[in-house]
Amino acid sequence: MKTKEWLIEKTLLLMALSAVAMLALIAIFVFIEGTPIMAREGLGHFLLGRKWAPTKGSFGIFPMIVGSVWVTIGALVIAGPLGLACAVFLVEIAPRKVADIVRPAIQLLAGIPSVVYGFVGIVVLVPLIREHLGGPGLSVLAASIILGVMVLPTVISISQDALEAVPRTYKEGALALGCTHWQAITRVILPAARPGITVAIVLGLGRAIGETMAVIMVVGNAVKVPAGLLDPARTLTSNIALEMAYAGGDHREALFATGVVLFMFIMLLNSLAALRFGRRRPSP
Amino acid sequence: MAGSTSIQPIAELLADRYMAQHAGPAVEVQGGGSSAGIRAALSGAAEIGMSSRQLKPEETGLKEYLMARDAIALIVHPGNPVRSLTKEQVRGIFSGRVQRWEAVGGRSGAITFITREEGSGTRGAFEELVMGKETEIAPDGIVQDSTGAARAIVATDPDAIAYISLGMVTPEVAAIALDGVQPTHESATDGTYALTRPFLLLTKGEPTPKARAFLDFVVTPESQATIAEEGYIPVKPAGRGSGA
Amino acid sequence: MKRLNPEVTQRIATVCLWAAAGLALSVLAYIIILVLAKGLPVLTPHFLLASPERMGRAGGIFPTIVGSLALTLVALVVATPLGVGTAVYLTEYTQPGRLAAVIRFGVDCLAGVPSIIFGLFGFIFFVIRLGMGWSVLSGGLTLAVMILPTIIRTAEEAIRAVPGSYREASFSAGATSWQTITRVVLPAALPGVVTGIVLAIGRSIGETAAVIFTAGTALRLPTSLFASSRTMAVHFYILAREGLSMPRAYGTAAVLIILILLINTAANALMVRFRARTQ
Repeated sequence: MKTKEWLIEKTLLLMALSAVAMLALIAIFVFIEGTPIMAREGLGHFLLGRKWAPTKGSFGIFPMIVGSVWVTIGALVIAGPLGLACAVFLVEIAPRKVADIVRPAIQLLAGIPSVVYGFVGIVVLVPLIREHLGGPGLSVLAASIILGVMVLPTVISISQDALEAVPRTYKEGALALGCTHWQAITRVILPAARPGITVAIVLGLGRAIGETMAVIMVVGNAVKVPAGLLDPARTLTSNIALEMAYAGGDHREALFATGVVLFMFIMLLNSLAALRFGRRRPSP
Repeated sequence: MAGSTSIQPIAELLADRYMAQHAGPAVEVQGGGSSAGIRAALSGAAEIGMSSRQLKPEETGLKEYLMARDAIALIVHPGNPVRSLTKEQVRGIFSGRVQRWEAVGGRSGAITFITREEGSGTRGAFEELVMGKETEIAPDGIVQDSTGAARAIVATDPDAIAYISLGMVTPEVAAIALDGVQPTHESATDGTYALTRPFLLLTKGEPTPKARAFLDFVVTPESQATIAEEGYIPVKPAGRGSGA
Repeated sequence: MKRLNPEVTQRIATVCLWAAAGLALSVLAYIIILVLAKGLPVLTPHFLLASPERMGRAGGIFPTIVGSLALTLVALVVATPLGVGTAVYLTEYTQPGRLAAVIRFGVDCLAGVPSIIFGLFGFIFFVIRLGMGWSVLSGGLTLAVMILPTIIRTAEEAIRAVPGSYREASFSAGATSWQTITRVVLPAALPGVVTGIVLAIGRSIGETAAVIFTAGTALRLPTSLFASSRTMAVHFYILAREGLSMPRAYGTAAVLIILILLINTAANALMVRFRARTQ
């Protein structure tokens, strides 16, 4: 009996380590494929080089790094305030019946495949931008809007948890002191929930920077540093997915190296969220 | 078989026909691109590789079978008055030197040019045939990873220009003349239209009996007629329906 | 500076918050209506049950439905035991400590890894290094790694929600901890665990980037684990990208959206039942 229990415990431990092991495997294999070319080209040249012509031996991913940063910030400018507003609405304002409709709807928004978002972007949003704002339509702006919608559920559900975790007594105290409900929200509840909201934003950043298929369809993929919101750009993710099918040799290594850079960005954001704030996020 | 996504549609179609007529092992067609097709043939991962560009000097050890030729057409929005460009003007547009339509006889507007991604056979052929050794495609261009995506943009954007397979040109876009020659089936077949590339099937050494049978099937008159129907240029004109 | 009356601010703010939620909902409604309006007319039994012809320009999408199901099944067969095992270990066998923290951090990080990285990894590891080629197996295993965190987290939450009194009763009846887990805790947590699995199915079916480089794009009906297969999401992407057939692209998207709707509804219903039972 004892040995059986012992065996079970160790088996479960092995299973529990699977997630960590997978993460390690992913890191190892992407790094093995991607780092040699970074070493050969020189890290500085690879990261800061502005010319990407992989079939002719130029491997600079600076435009993609800038592209990813622009698009990600753009997405957060949209999803941050809107997501927070939705979370406050769900927790503080919405009557129960309304909340019961809105909550699963937000979950549904998270379930829609990214290719569908990209498709809607290309048939609806891109022509709209081209006709009303100018430029080719395929742009940083189009990608930001689509990504903004896509990361909305992440921002909402984590901010919502943060808001719900604020003790009721804080709000009751504020109301008892004669604050309006809105004053209680802005002066007491939101400040108390700030660490959780920050995590929501950081994880939203992570999702936005990692999104691929929707972005590739609407961002235009031009390999240059975008000069404005209406310019096309290329992100790290779209660089990989766009050329992976064709790539061999140095070219493929350079795409894995792009993956290494993306992986580092993501791990940085994850660590920020997990370590700094020491709180778990709910499932996406 | 694996390789060029430009050849894939016609290869799938021929494979279906082939399997309908011949019992025996299935012919599986994978995409991946010309370079991947060449590597797959070399490594033996595929019995037949497909390449929509000429092999480079360093890509040796493969037997080539010409299956068809394909013309690359320059396309613009049907509402764009420009219907003809010289090779020099096209080079200017895609290298970023010419940025406005009025500079090439069009109405006022900035040119949006659309190119394919690095590694694409269509891009390789376009670079080789139009851009030449000295000029490069400018980085400002929109990059799309498929013919259809490039065509869809041109169909909706009055200021866009792209290059795609002649077989993929639809009425939503207008194919324009290059150096005064309109890309048509005839001009591409008789060689007056200069922008054509080969569709190559590749085997490492002698083909296996199974591969041999399919390679033979591809150049039968019926298959070549199918190739012509799909808008490509057959290599054996024998089976071609006249006036297509 | 003139300050607004707090009551007025309150009213304006409330309107804004309602508007924000309304905006989020209308985006969702717009996407669903757009896809269904153009896709539903295409959805005939023939479309669902016939093979595609001419690269998907004609015919149906049957092989891609099978492809999606096959990949999802492989992913679930691998990820469910691993995920539930991990959750059991985390909840029943560890005290909060360094090991648990490392495992949780690993799970959180894995959950944050973008699908394109899973695609790169699956391609180099399963397709190339392990020699599985573009196949149902490579794609399914890649998806398994991807959905593992979803299953772990929901299972962990569900197991944690099982009241401690259940366990105490079981122990006092002389059961071992393993007996308690398999006979008392897991059955009680089952609806929650299943919710996680259902959500994972949703993610697998909608995934493109991780699958396209691992399962390939062959349009034939997959006949073995080692056959390349195209999923519905990948097929939709290719149809839409290549402009092969817009009606069929919308049709495929409609099938995806309907499946996601069903899956989410099922997950929600399960969750509601589970909460009602454990509270």
